[in-house]
Order: sequence, then structure tokens, then C-alpha cells
Amino acid sequence: MERGQGKLSRRRLLGGAAAASAALPVLHELIPHQSLHGGGAAAAAEPHMPGMGAHGSAMHAAHLGTVGTVDPRVNGFDPQEMLRDFDEGRVVDGVREWEIVAEEKEIEVAPGVKYAAWTYNQRVPGPTLRAREGERLRIHFTNGTKHAHTMHFHGIHPSSQDGVPGLGVGNVDPGKSTTYEFVAEPFGVHLYHCHTMPLAEHIAKGLYGAFIIDPKQGRSKADELVMVMNGFDTNFDRSNEVYAVNTVAFDYVNRPVRVKRGEPVRIYLVNVLEFDPLNSFHIHANFFDYYPTGTRLEPRDFTDTVVQGQGERGIIELRFPYAGKYMFHAHVSEFAELGWMGFFEVEE
Amino acid sequence: MEPATAQRTRRPAWLPGVAPLAVLAVAIGLFVLLDAPGLNRIGVPHERLAVERTVLKPGEIDLHVRNEGADPVRVRQVIVNDAFVPFDQPHSEIGRLGGSEIDVSYPWIEGENYDVQLVTDTGATIDHAIEAAVETPDAGLDFYGLMALIGIYVGVIPVAIGMLWLPWLRGVDPRWIRFLLAFTIGLLGFLGVEALLEGTQLAGTGAEAFGGAALVWLGAAGAFLALAGVDGWLRGRRPKGGGAALGYRAAFLVALGIGLHNLGEGLAIGSAYAVGSLALGATLVVGFALHNTTEGLAIVAPVAQEKQSRLRRLALLGLLAGAPAVLGAWIGASAFNPSLAALMFGVGAGAIAQVVVQISPAIRDRAGRLLHPLAVAGLLTGLTVMYLTGLMVSL
Repeated sequence: MERGQGKLSRRRLLGGAAAASAALPVLHELIPHQSLHGGGAAAAAEPHMPGMGAHGSAMHAAHLGTVGTVDPRVNGFDPQEMLRDFDEGRVVDGVREWEIVAEEKEIEVAPGVKYAAWTYNQRVPGPTLRAREGERLRIHFTNGTKHAHTMHFHGIHPSSQDGVPGLGVGNVDPGKSTTYEFVAEPFGVHLYHCHTMPLAEHIAKGLYGAFIIDPKQGRSKADELVMVMNGFDTNFDRSNEVYAVNTVAFDYVNRPVRVKRGEPVRIYLVNVLEFDPLNSFHIHANFFDYYPTGTRLEPRDFTDTVVQGQGERGIIELRFPYAGKYMFHAHVSEFAELGWMGFFEVEE
Repeated sequence: MEPATAQRTRRPAWLPGVAPLAVLAVAIGLFVLLDAPGLNRIGVPHERLAVERTVLKPGEIDLHVRNEGADPVRVRQVIVNDAFVPFDQPHSEIGRLGGSEIDVSYPWIEGENYDVQLVTDTGATIDHAIEAAVETPDAGLDFYGLMALIGIYVGVIPVAIGMLWLPWLRGVDPRWIRFLLAFTIGLLGFLGVEALLEGTQLAGTGAEAFGGAALVWLGAAGAFLALAGVDGWLRGRRPKGGGAALGYRAAFLVALGIGLHNLGEGLAIGSAYAVGSLALGATLVVGFALHNTTEGLAIVAPVAQEKQSRLRRLALLGLLAGAPAVLGAWIGASAFNPSLAALMFGVGAGAIAQVVVQISPAIRDRAGRLLHPLAVAGLLTGLTVMYLTGLMVSL
């Protein structure tokens, strides 16, 4: 029940959102376990008013997670599509370039629960930037928010390009732009995030994304997925109410991640969680090769559970030998039941 | 001259009295219609829900909530012990002072603690702690029977036993009567303060929008004034009543005051039973019995000098003082509302204050002193006895 003073700006946004959500029609009883059994890719398109008219203990017995679903059209980004959405920018005169804009945006992190996020390119996590080892990279950054921000990349580069207040261009003030330029190294799975103080808040509000550098020789062919483990402190008590992979709680429970039986699957796993020191990834009924930070080509582990600290990341490689549904979730049970849970749907 | 006067008399006398109200109504209407011109809302919505009642059924936790804030509240998700859980609610939005029920589906375990968080559309959370979960008793016949039994044990029987002191009182020295009346006042003072404190504590758990602790004082003032009115009416009916002796009028007021207090006591017992925090057993009943037996003595002290015993009247007085405990237990266990309970405790305290005012003159000694040594001894004895017997009762 405690409320921080910091709510001002995001609460002010809510007038419009409240009106919009009130206007959402209750189309029919679309509840998670139905789509869970029914599968259907189109299933989650229709919003459901949380807690309304979902009577019956039979549904509750099989229920996993939140009540209702989040319409991806409301957020403008879809966790299903973000899984396989790699942004390779464009190459101009041998230099790989991206345009990144920081903007404020209200997003729905659990059905009916809004969060006043800060975004890179209108999405949380920001775009998955992908380059090849040794390429020269140029990132044009514009700050369209009311607060100063930066882009800080994990990698090897001069301090002037580090995106830290007081170094190089330092903080980028509202309405201002800058360009970060450096060479992509080392290969692996990295991340980028805002490094303006207060740091925890600037990261937790959504300014982060995956940054993948492929080895010069490339990687073997696989069904590649990006999973950014994040969380949201919706009541500003410096602990998370909602946990997820790619922002929306239980989205992959409601709409499982579809993969092919026997085919290689590669997961770029990044932990950007704030407030909790550790996060983890666990898969059911299977084992995987794990490459910490993806900077070596030999796996360190063959396991079914991996733990990551804040900012830690790695590559998971596996195949599913059997068709069917396989759960994956944080093996921190609290996180799992607060949203960080999903299914793989393995098809022939 | 003449037509003007006629015109003036034709206008109803009440019109000028009502006119300002009409202007006020129009002004408010315009103000609301124009959406408070010149005033811009700053700050964040005040999302506040008070959980007035928690009902635990197998596999289900029902929260009866009331919006005690200024803005509507929209509950969108529910977290129990760090997990999102399914729930039902009749309204998607709860307006100011509006009530609703959040029915949470959760396999709770008896004796364990639960932390329920209602997550609103803005991401704010409203926390409610459930300590030592236990199933809420079904409001069946058995249940009402049990509550009646408890009420009779702690209310009716002890008061009746206490009234058995009447024959002894008849024979004792008038100084002893004054001592016992002082004892009664000490006892009532203890009960009054206890009621105020308990009411204030309860009010803190209810919806603040209903006034919180102010409800207790409002109830107290209301009861004090209402009883003063009743007393005035009784005096008016019998202009030549008892003279110096207090008689049945005072006994009636004492019984009424104690009855209202026992109603609150019953509420506390019933609601404690409903949440499973009542250790039903011999100690509780014995404690209450001792506590309340003195109340019986307080009722008969004013009639010690009456010439004849009126058994029927005495029985009714006993019931008036003791039976509300039964009623209170029923209400407390089946439809407990902290704000209402706080008001009831206030009413009890106010009634007691009025009774104290009524019987205080009777403890004056021949010299007209109020706080003569015997009276002080009586007051202190009353307070001490209530304190000591009160130690045996803990809810």
C-alpha cells in the first residue's frame, strides 16, 4: 500500500489509458488455459478484462498465471515476434549503422496492468542489434524523452564511446542526439543499456536490449531466439511485481514458442533484471549446451538450469527429441509464478 | 401601501430559508458541469481499498473491499504470496465508497500466513495480510446456536449471578451502598475507556473514508445525548419519583449502558471466532463470567433501597444488560464490519458516560462530598477488579 512520490509522471499518463481499457469490449471468455490447450496463434489477439466473468473452479484448477491476456497491438510490440527479430541495421560505406530513439511509452506488462516505460525504438526490450566481429558500428542515438539518457554497450571500445555520464559526450539531454562508433568485439551475446544515474531506475524502466556479435566465420544454422529476462517494479518499492521474458508476463504460457522436433535451437539469453541479484533459466525434459557470454565456441556446461547475475548472459543450444509441450521458467519459483514462465511447443 | 403588504404576505415564509439552498444547488451543478473551472488536478490518483472482511473457504479467499480513496480503483491482477492467482470480481471498477468482492482462487493451508496484493491498472498494489488462515465458519443454525451459547455464557448468566447480591444489599449500611455505587462507577469507567480504545483500534482497520476514529466519538456523543433524552423523558413521566433514591430508573440506565457495552464485547468475540483467533475454552468463559458478574452487581446497587423487589423487572434488566452479547456475537461472526463495530463501541462508551453522570450524585456522603474516602476506595476497587478480571480475557 505504500506509494512512492515518483509516480507523478506515469500516473498522469493514465487518464487516457483508463478510458481506453474501459472501452475494451469483453469479447468472450478468453482465459489462459484455453489458449494453452487450444494453441492457436490468433488466440491472444482479443483482450480480456481481468477477473470479469471468469467464473468456475474448473478453470481455476488448471489456471497458470495472470487473469486475461495482453493484446500485442496495445503495446505495439509482440513478444512472439521479438523472439526472432534481429536488427542488423544497414551498411553504409562498410559501416553498420542504426538509428535509435529513446521515447516514453506506456506499456502493458501483465493483463490490465500498465507501466510507464522508457523505451529504445518504442519497445521493451529495445531492438536486438546484431553485427559481425570486426565490423565498424555506428549508432545514432536521439533522446526523445524528458530525461537525460545514454547508450552504454558491453564490448571492447574506447572510453569516449562508453555511454557513461562524464565520459565522451556523456549524458544526452532531452531532444539531443549523438553517435557512438566502435568496432564490434568480442564475438558473443552482449547487451546495451542506459547508464544515466540513478542507474537502477534507468535500466528498470526499460532502456536495455540484446547486442549480438557473431564470430567472423558465423555460427551454425539454427532456429535462433532472443530471450531477455526482465521485470517491472510497478509500485516503485524497489522490488519487482512482474517478471517475464521479453516483457509480457506469461505470454509464452498463453502462446507457446513453436519449434521443430530434432532441429537445432539457439537461444541468446540475457538477464537485465534489476532489484533481484540473480535470475535463472530452466528447461523441462531436456538438456542444453551452455556458452557463458557466447565468447567461446566450446560449451562450458551440459545442463538444464543456468543461473545469471545482473547483466550476465549466454548462449543455449539444444534440440528437442520429442514432440509436445515443454515448460521453461526461472528456477527461482517466485519469479516463475510472477510471470517468468513459458512453454515450447515442439512440432513435427 | 396596501397591495405591497398583501404581496409580501403572499410569499411563503419558508421561501427565504430555502432560497440559499437552491442557489447552492445551482452553483454546485454548474461547477460540476463545467468540470471545476480554474482547478487542474495535479498529482497521482489516490487508489485506496480497505479490506473490511476476509472470508476463507476451501480453496478460496474472498476479500470484501471498500474504496476509501478519492478515485475509482480498478483491480487487474491478484498476487498471493509472490504468485499471480486467478480471481473473480463483480465490477471492473470500484467507485468512491463503493464496495466489491474479490474472490481469489487459492489452495491455502490452515494455520499459515498469506500476503495478498491487489494490483491495480496503474501498477499500484494494495496489501492485505492474513495471519494463521482458518476456514470462516458457515453461518448455519449450529453456528448461530454456538454464538448464542457463548453470548449466554459471557453475558446473560454472569449478569444474572451478579444480581443475586440484591438481598444482601438490602440489609447493609447506606455507607456500603455508597461504596458499591462508587465501585460501579469505577467499573463503568474502566469499561468506557476500554470501549473507546477498542473502538479506536477497530476504526483503524476499517475504511478511513467513513471517519475512522471519529466514528467512535460520534457514537459516544450520540449515545450520551440520546440517553440524556431518555432520562429526561423518564423523569417527566414520573414527577414524584423516588426522591433521593436512584431506584429502577438508574438501574435501567446502568443496564442499558452495560448492555450496549456487552453488544460491543459480543461483536469482538464473534469476529475473533470467525477469524479463528478465539481460543474457545474454559479460561475465556470463566474470565468473562468474573468480569461480567460485577456488572450484575452494578445493576442492582441503585435499587438496594427500594422497598420491594420486582422480579420481572429485575429479570428484564438482567436481559437488557446481558443479552446484547448474544446479538453482538451473531453480528460479529457473520457480518463483521470494522467501521460499524467502531461506532458500536463508541455508542457503548457514550452510554456508560451518561450512566456515570446519572449515578454519581448518589455516592455523595452526608456532608455532600463526592470524593470522600469511601467513594475513592470504591472507585479504585472497581477499576482494580475490572483490570484483574480483564487479565483473564484476551481476544
